[in-house]
Amino acid sequence: MPDGNQLIACHECDLLQHEVALPEGGVARCRRCGGLLYRSHPRGLERALAYTLGALVLFVISNTFPIVGLEVNGDLIQATLLGTVSMLYRDGMWLVAALLLFTTVLAPLVHLLAMLYVLLPLQFGALPRSPELVVRVLTEVKHWGMVEVFVLGVLVSLVKLADLAKIVPGVALWSFGGLMILFTAASIAFDPRQIWLKMEHAS
Amino acid sequence: MSEVTAAHHGLSLCHGCGLLTRTGHHHAGYCPRCGAGVHPRKPDSIARTWAFIVAAAIMYIPANVLPIMITDSVFGAQADTIMSGVAYLWHHGSWHLALIVFIASVAVPMLKLMALIVLVVSVQRRSAWDPLQRTKLYRIVELVGKWSMLDIYVVALMVALVQLKALATISAGPGAVAFGAVVVLTMFAAMSFDPRLIWDSMENNDG
Repeated sequence: MPDGNQLIACHECDLLQHEVALPEGGVARCRRCGGLLYRSHPRGLERALAYTLGALVLFVISNTFPIVGLEVNGDLIQATLLGTVSMLYRDGMWLVAALLLFTTVLAPLVHLLAMLYVLLPLQFGALPRSPELVVRVLTEVKHWGMVEVFVLGVLVSLVKLADLAKIVPGVALWSFGGLMILFTAASIAFDPRQIWLKMEHAS
Repeated sequence: MSEVTAAHHGLSLCHGCGLLTRTGHHHAGYCPRCGAGVHPRKPDSIARTWAFIVAAAIMYIPANVLPIMITDSVFGAQADTIMSGVAYLWHHGSWHLALIVFIASVAVPMLKLMALIVLVVSVQRRSAWDPLQRTKLYRIVELVGKWSMLDIYVVALMVALVQLKALATISAGPGAVAFGAVVVLTMFAAMSFDPRLIWDSMENNDG
């Protein structure tokens, strides 16, 4: 925990300032630019682990079940996320397919697995192996997960298709909504600063 | 109140784990705690940001001119650009949805490019314009970036769902590739820009 004398720099304006102890749930902001310096997460790592596990379950459901279906003349056409990727690929739009696969499947999955890899051993008082590498992958990948944008995209396409055919919402539509919420909660609770402090203490 | 930056003291902040490290004034190094590369400022921030801005601005043209979605139906083929997709939503009564798509696909990429240009130029000219405002502008640019991907997802889902052999099929058009490139390139541009440069030029003006 901060001893009150540690120096810290703002990542947005580089101002040097002293770390101060925070009340539970408190947030420290830069005195000059107002950027977020650090926050106190009561039981942050436990919560991050819980959200991550929940998000992983929803991730599997979201990728196995159909998101939506169209009912036309008694026929039901359903779309899963991976089915959509392969459809685009077969259409010759492999760049768009790759973008879709990376931002909605690969980046979120790597992000979730990396958090799990670090959090799970720490929960049992052990150290993860080569955490440096995993955390670095995590910082690179976290900008590219776009589950929340995808959920909005699903809603927009539903409205566009509503007057064309009868729409049958699939299981993955709901699980995607839940995944969006749990994923965001996990990313906020996962605090690299707190994790490094904990790892330094554990070693 | 003294306003001293970490770089002033030859210290660099690790973006991986938040540790302050002594790197000297112009040198890069590695974080002793997490091993990530550390430098006082993002390397070649201005040049890289410009490169991505120019590339994104070039791709912005085909993204808006070429069709992003092609509908083949019994009534013939119809090619939709981003703007005609917005117009379709508008005329079919869902003006709020038209507004969302317009903001995400047309306004945001355009404003994002302009905001980045303003930021880079202001840093290059060592402008004294309120650094707090500019930092806020940068935060907004970073925050809204990914929402422009919306239209790509809409097209992808329409392609997957509207495959009614006898009635209509939808496929993605070349504009979708260009549009995806704009979103990715502007995100790279925002990541390359170092907001700390805004504050650096302030200090040098004082001194």
